[in-house]
Amino acid sequence: MSDASHWSIFLNAALVNNFVLAYFLGICPFFGVSARLETAVRMGGAVSFVMLVASVCAFSINLLLEAVGAPYLRIISYILVIASTVQLVEMLMRKLSPPTFRAMGIYLPLITTNCAILGLALFQTNKGYGFTQAVVYSLGAGAGFALALVLMAGVREKLDLANVPKLVQGTAAALIIAGILSMSFMGFAGLGR
Amino acid sequence: MALREVSSTEEFVKGLWRDNPVFVQVLGMCPALAVSNTAINALTMGLATTFVMLMAGLSVSVLRNWIPREARIVSYICIIATFVTSVDYIIMAISLELHRSLGAFIALIVVNCLILGRAEAFASKRGPGRVTLDALGMGAGFTFALLFIGVVREILGSGSLFGVELFPDGFQTWTIMVLPSGGFFAMAIWLLLVNWIKDREAKALQRATEAGS
Repeated sequence: MSDASHWSIFLNAALVNNFVLAYFLGICPFFGVSARLETAVRMGGAVSFVMLVASVCAFSINLLLEAVGAPYLRIISYILVIASTVQLVEMLMRKLSPPTFRAMGIYLPLITTNCAILGLALFQTNKGYGFTQAVVYSLGAGAGFALALVLMAGVREKLDLANVPKLVQGTAAALIIAGILSMSFMGFAGLGR
Repeated sequence: MALREVSSTEEFVKGLWRDNPVFVQVLGMCPALAVSNTAINALTMGLATTFVMLMAGLSVSVLRNWIPREARIVSYICIIATFVTSVDYIIMAISLELHRSLGAFIALIVVNCLILGRAEAFASKRGPGRVTLDALGMGAGFTFALLFIGVVREILGSGSLFGVELFPDGFQTWTIMVLPSGGFFAMAIWLLLVNWIKDREAKALQRATEAGS
């Protein structure tokens, strides 16, 4: 059990060790859907939500696995349970709240195999967080992911108006922007812990 | 992916350059950036990924007639996760220090879209021989790409290569290169270089066709 305070866990996950800009997790959706601000906001929301679900799942599976003494099944059970839970949530959401489903529907299946989700589950296990700590950690990670995505989308929307050399357009430009963003996030080092 | 029959050599070589997973297809970027802060980390990650890709590809290829279409993604993920778990424990057994520096990123090979992509697009349709060549080629391409990024970052960021000091004491290291943002920059530079070469090739080809017609 880790003794870090909830506030410092949140800050740490959202800013200091931002999942995208410090751990390079979830890079594919980060580059894929960061071209427009609106999609970026929705994607950020959907990822945060899945992270919360995944974190709760991972916490319960870990308890179960420790109880039966089979930690080597961790990777396989995490990914399967997270994937199926997200599918279940997706179906429920389609029934219960069609507007929300339409807003984040197409992104949900994509997110299940996003490395940020599995990364979150593994990190929280490695750090030995308790239940509330794990939930706060997932909220922080989700907020950080959404923040990075929205910032990136903002910059890329502006970039559309700029005159970028043909060679640099696309992934290379996105990488350079991400590098600069990541550099600016280094300014948060020392906050939290 | 072209479905026409290609020679065995071409099957292997395509992963190295024409369809290079990192620089051309831009797949599997998370590990490419995250663990490439030193050359040795990059090499380990590349080899681990190659191993998983090869074993998972072979299993998928052998079992392809028994796996029902509806459940194929889940089955692939199970197969991949099994091999990733074994790699995780193998690396832990070989070098605990290396395992610690790679951290959770070995486990995250499971969600490397490159492996699932190859299983779905290639291994589920071909025999084991072809799949071996393809996996080895793609794995080699991935390993080289990672190694390129890792070498640049380690030389500039720590002034060493594979842990061997390269420069005299006066060398001012570029700390930024070992930090996360250095990963983005190093990858961007390599990508620019690859784009430039491809662009030149395309232009030369165009000129040749124009001259010929």
